[in-house]
Amino acid sequence: MRRYFGRKLFTYTLTFFIAATIDWLIPRFMPGDPVAGLMAKQGGLSPEGAAALAQYYNNLFGLDRSMPEQFINFWIALLHGDLGRSVYVHGRPVTEAIMGAIPYTLALLIPAILLSWWAGNSFGALAARRKWLDNTVLPIGYILTATPYMWLGLVLAFVLGFSLRIFPLSGGYGFNLEPALTWRFFTDLVAHWMMPFLSLFMVMFGGWAIGMRNMIIYELESDYSRYLEALGAPQGLVRKYAFHNAMLPQITGLALQLGVIVAGSLVTEIVFSYPGIGMLLFNAIKSEDYFLLQGIFLFIIIGTLLANFVVDIVYIMVDPRTRVGMRGGTA
Amino acid sequence: MSLQVSDLRVYYRTLAGDVKALDGATFSIADKEIMGLAGESGCGKSTLGNSLIRLDGRMKYIAGSVTLDDNVMPIWDKTGMNQFRFRDVSVIPQYAMSAMNPTCKIGKMTEELLESRGENFREIKPEFLRRIDLVGLQRDVLTRYPMELSGGMKQRMVMVISTLLNPSLLIADEITSALDVSTQRAVAETLVSFRDHGFVKSMMVITHDMSILYQIADSILVMYAGKLAEKAPTSVVIERPLHPYTRMLVSSLPEVGVRYADKKLTGIPGSPPSLLNPPTGCRFRARCPLAFAKCAEEPPFVEVDTDHAVACWKATGTDA
Amino acid sequence: MTGTLNADTKMESVSGSPTNEPTALPAKKASGEFLYFAVRSKKFLVALGILIVLIGIGIFGPIIDATDPVAQNGIAMQPPTADPGNWFGTTYFGEDVFAQFANGLRATFFVGLLGGGLAALIGMAVGFIAGYFGGWLDEILNMVTNVFLVIPTLALLLVIASYLPSSWRGVPFEAIFIGLTSWPWAARAVRAQTFSLRTRDFVDLAKLSGRRGWKVIATEIAPNMSSYLFLTFILLFGGAILIGASLDFIGLGPHEGMTLGLMMYNAVTWAALNLGIWWWFIPPGLGIMATVGALYVMNVGLDEIFNPKLRDI
Repeated sequence: MRRYFGRKLFTYTLTFFIAATIDWLIPRFMPGDPVAGLMAKQGGLSPEGAAALAQYYNNLFGLDRSMPEQFINFWIALLHGDLGRSVYVHGRPVTEAIMGAIPYTLALLIPAILLSWWAGNSFGALAARRKWLDNTVLPIGYILTATPYMWLGLVLAFVLGFSLRIFPLSGGYGFNLEPALTWRFFTDLVAHWMMPFLSLFMVMFGGWAIGMRNMIIYELESDYSRYLEALGAPQGLVRKYAFHNAMLPQITGLALQLGVIVAGSLVTEIVFSYPGIGMLLFNAIKSEDYFLLQGIFLFIIIGTLLANFVVDIVYIMVDPRTRVGMRGGTA
Repeated sequence: MSLQVSDLRVYYRTLAGDVKALDGATFSIADKEIMGLAGESGCGKSTLGNSLIRLDGRMKYIAGSVTLDDNVMPIWDKTGMNQFRFRDVSVIPQYAMSAMNPTCKIGKMTEELLESRGENFREIKPEFLRRIDLVGLQRDVLTRYPMELSGGMKQRMVMVISTLLNPSLLIADEITSALDVSTQRAVAETLVSFRDHGFVKSMMVITHDMSILYQIADSILVMYAGKLAEKAPTSVVIERPLHPYTRMLVSSLPEVGVRYADKKLTGIPGSPPSLLNPPTGCRFRARCPLAFAKCAEEPPFVEVDTDHAVACWKATGTDA
Repeated sequence: MTGTLNADTKMESVSGSPTNEPTALPAKKASGEFLYFAVRSKKFLVALGILIVLIGIGIFGPIIDATDPVAQNGIAMQPPTADPGNWFGTTYFGEDVFAQFANGLRATFFVGLLGGGLAALIGMAVGFIAGYFGGWLDEILNMVTNVFLVIPTLALLLVIASYLPSSWRGVPFEAIFIGLTSWPWAARAVRAQTFSLRTRDFVDLAKLSGRRGWKVIATEIAPNMSSYLFLTFILLFGGAILIGASLDFIGLGPHEGMTLGLMMYNAVTWAALNLGIWWWFIPPGLGIMATVGALYVMNVGLDEIFNPKLRDI
């Protein structure tokens, strides 16, 4: 068991190291000079002003030091939680900007992932049993899962927000409200949250439903199912075993889908101007705020690695074969 | 009579039409009888065995009746058969090695299975443990997962589980095929001991290996291309077979002590006919060295002696 | 998990897709048998039909209607009508939406082809090497694959793309970068399948007759996986399209030319939602959905054609 987790931790740490290094490397190996690029945007500077600004940028990027020194400084700063200062958020530390946006994104992601996973799997399992349900669920599932996240967001926004005016079109909460611990603020928060949540939920639901349906069919045709039926076991027992065994690959599937889900939530937030990481990213790109960009990237990486780790733990708890394999129990 | 089968027909549905895998089987198995069911691959023996307990997805019941201990078994009715399964008729499947749920401990799976069938596991458990001892397994196997057992151990475990409720009829489908010779012997002996201990009343042992049947079977039923060829007591089948197919089958068995240089192994040239559009008349006609004009008409499966039935014009003495 | 593992495709491919578990594959199928089942497979034919229509629009649309997609000729914000030249209406700036759509389709298919194709090539190369040669080579490649499997592709791409100078921000480069980062899933799938095939007898036979290394892979293993490889490519194709659209939508798309994702980016940036200019953003997303959906359904249809066990009777 320890070896397994040790190995996983090693891979994740290595991944983080590589990702962060790539993050550090890329601006330094891109054609063109980021400082020159930034400078080009500042029109109308006097030569002394330009020199001072160039000096400032070089200092900020650390480009006036040697490469190895830059690398070490980068890591020192990183481990101190210092991701630099953001241009877009008027000079505030990047970490602060990101921390402000994360609660919104998590409030969107976690319920969407959990609910869609549960609902999608349940529907998929049901569909595998009843033909009439299967004939509706399957095509809907395929359509939903092929829908680009941002487009479903746009459609929902247009239909529910613009045409029917049920939900507000943008923002995390009403522009006329101040964050406060009031019921009114809370309902307003939820009203703004509803459409992005629905959008994410629907696309993911389609994928899980189809996956689960296929897995259940596969398990119901397996040898152990046939044996149980040959011995007259009631359908309830057979289905119970099939469902449990079909869940296992769905759990690993969740880990593998995390990258897609994160990308999906980013674009969905942009559609609704929802103040999460996605919107922050959008604005960072617009304002060419490199530090903010890098910070967001690292946060996404850390979040994904953590989520992967959680899924690994859950999987071990749920699939007894992994524990046995580690005990070295095969005959 | 324990089991009586009358004109049983079971076909497989395919895109290209119905495959007539089992086309009219009539025979019976008495109490305490171990009947071997032999034939080459694709002759319909597995279809026959499986149809008696559970029709698989593609199998289609066409006609015929099955009676066990004077009760008619509605094999075409999936739910109607449930009351017979496990208690009256049970099976050791061909896939015994993967027949147990891989994510469930063996003891727990058996308990849940029994409880779901309305049996009291606590009452049965002592007998269960005794039988586990009998087949040579450790009692702690109940706390293990199937992946922790070897192939042979899983096989024996499935044998114990399948016979736990003392069924009248046990169908053993190719249970020695994947094993080495010494394990084959152990498993075969275990089967006989089940019958001798009274765990099962009668048995149908399906295999393509005649030598196993010679060891343990009381009678042998030989099938070819979906039809019954010959049924007789074991000694008769081995020493005085009447059907040409049986004779060639038996003579293709290597004998201990006989060298290839002295007596070459004879096979049966040709291959079985397609069961999608089977030929009219006797299905063995194309490969039979004794075929003659009358064989264009299908020979009925008739008794020529006590407990000895054949489907062959030559064997029943009907000459051209 | 089964299921699929492309970080860029969606969940339904999680199970029942090639990457689920390496199933025993039949040997080379006669093309006659393929055609027989192909024309009988509703899923395959419908999906193929949709794709052909879309490709047709993409190829012939800009030729028939040679309007420049970014020319601000028309009256701004016109809803679509049945008049030729105004099928999809105009944008905020008076550009012809249909022209944008047709050109965008072209670019989108190009990204799918180049990006997906590149990812397929790299993934196959890595997968074959790791799966066939095994040993320490496998260990290293596996470690690399796992690392890149965990990193969300979009995150990686946005760091790369955001630093790219404008001259590099064309559709071809976008496609190449997508191809360079989406291969890990394919590598894993190909490796698993190669693993199961390399122990088969015909491979041993080839080795006995003197064939070595790459030759064995090229002549024995790859042809027996051909259906699997094709299905993998289809999924990569769809995935590349989705990732490309996401990149464009975030603002990292090409500065020149038009893609479907770019249309939606422009629409959102210029408040199409608030102004109700739905014909600006509905067609591009619909186009992507139709393309990717058709690809997935075709994938399932082809799976059924190649794998007899899955066919309905």
